[in-house]
Amino acid sequence: MKVLVAVKRVIDYNVKIRVKADHTDVDLTNVKMAMNPFCEIAVEEAVRLKEKGVATEVVAVTIGPKAAQEQLRTALALGADRAIHIDTSAETDQRVESLVVAKLLAKVVEEEQPGLTILGKQAIDTDNNQTGQMLAALTGLPQGTFASEVAVDGDTLQVTREIDGGLQTIELSLPAIVTTDLRLNEPRYAKLPDIMKAKKKPMDVKSPADLGVEVASKVTLLKVESPAERKGGIKVGSVDELVDKLKNEAKVL
Amino acid sequence: MSILVLAEHHDGQLAGATAHVVAAAQAIQQDSGGDIDILVAGENVAAVAEAAAKLDGVSKVRMADNAAYAHQLAEPMGALLVELAGDYGHVLAAASTTGKNVMPRVAALKDVSQISEIVAVDSADTFKRPIYAGNAIATVQSADALKVITVRSTGFDAVGESGSAAVEAVDFVAENSQSTFIKQELAESDRPELAGAKVVISGGRGMGSGENFKLLDGIADKLGAAIGASRAAVDAGFVPNDMQVGQTGKIVAPELYIAVGISGAIQHLAGMKDSKVIVAINKDEEAPIFQVADYGLVGDLFEILPELESKL
Repeated sequence: MKVLVAVKRVIDYNVKIRVKADHTDVDLTNVKMAMNPFCEIAVEEAVRLKEKGVATEVVAVTIGPKAAQEQLRTALALGADRAIHIDTSAETDQRVESLVVAKLLAKVVEEEQPGLTILGKQAIDTDNNQTGQMLAALTGLPQGTFASEVAVDGDTLQVTREIDGGLQTIELSLPAIVTTDLRLNEPRYAKLPDIMKAKKKPMDVKSPADLGVEVASKVTLLKVESPAERKGGIKVGSVDELVDKLKNEAKVL
Repeated sequence: MSILVLAEHHDGQLAGATAHVVAAAQAIQQDSGGDIDILVAGENVAAVAEAAAKLDGVSKVRMADNAAYAHQLAEPMGALLVELAGDYGHVLAAASTTGKNVMPRVAALKDVSQISEIVAVDSADTFKRPIYAGNAIATVQSADALKVITVRSTGFDAVGESGSAAVEAVDFVAENSQSTFIKQELAESDRPELAGAKVVISGGRGMGSGENFKLLDGIADKLGAAIGASRAAVDAGFVPNDMQVGQTGKIVAPELYIAVGISGAIQHLAGMKDSKVIVAINKDEEAPIFQVADYGLVGDLFEILPELESKL
């Protein structure tokens, strides 16, 4: 079975973000970018399914500017077989919202017919946690979100999900859409020889127009602000003083 | 247009988050008018519907009590909400794992965007929500006729329980041949779940080993706290990664957050800096955690923790 894995180029999670002075957005100029951490987990799971002989081919897909090809090369170095870049450089609306991403991915799913599509549960920039669920809705496929364990058994998939308060296991008919949670696996690092080999792996470039999807936002970003700063606190000298402050000053005990 | 709130419930009980979501619905109602209805969907949920009917500001409870909605799987729940959404201008749910699982599905089926985890309502179409793990607050405006929204509970104060709305049955039964519930394993400990706990105590690399995390148990028991960890502690193999608090882990906003042996890297702060009161215990007085801590105690955690436990 073919496995499709969607990855996103986002600001590196180690970077402390800055809000632009005019409050139009977060400043991304000269900032280190990387693959979204939940997408790394998605790639890792796809590669593990291939190593187990469950997946026959792993296809990585991304939607974004030309620079997002770096993240596809990373996915290829980690073990994906080929990549698809849906290039949005030509679009006036560079902020491709989740619904549009899901529509583009739905077209890719239609063309590629993967048995399983794996996405991260959320991107650490927009923090939306929507694309996988929307893709499932648009393709009419079942969804296994926030997966901490997946097991393919013939034409069904058992997914253990991280839910509030514990774990839930569900069975889905294949093909299906899965989104990864933190506990699913520990992603590997790309080795230098694999990074070199990845440069030779095939990468298709398409435009949203090729897929017949219009890139238009129905949600407008009006303003971006820094959150309220925390007031500097005090240092206490002893455990007794700490307990006293928590009881009588902060009143949280 | 009216507003529909999806009730959050577990084990036959209405979850507290629902009263916060109704508060968000009231903020929208102030601008747009209309009624607030609650949808209670599940199996054997009559008691949940009774509890939902008591929430202030609710006009009507719509109860879909059917085996099809047991465990609230995304596929039937999505179909049910799509069936009902035509009567409403807004559909809201808590930003819980249930709400996050179902609502984007509903939005896509209705060909509208979804707005995740709002923390404030500016008007009926304009909302504030955190992005970049809470390091920026975005104000967004939706042009969609139907607004599908999830609500972060900590952004809104719960409404009271002095109402008496009518309960009305919903007959629609969703077909679902694609997903089946197999089993559920809910955490058995008496400790509250990390994301919803009022008090959280977390350990970092400074704990030294997984074994030493036991030093937090007694304090957590006394405070009714959940136990968390920094990514450094997870990466070092001290604790499993479902305990991770931070940008790529869980985002928490308890009344009291106690960080023990945690330096305070930005990714960790992203997961807990909205806590009401932050306490830092660290031997390095230069640690960045002290810049956000309301109360800092510089010293050896191996001496401080037992003393703290005995004095609580």
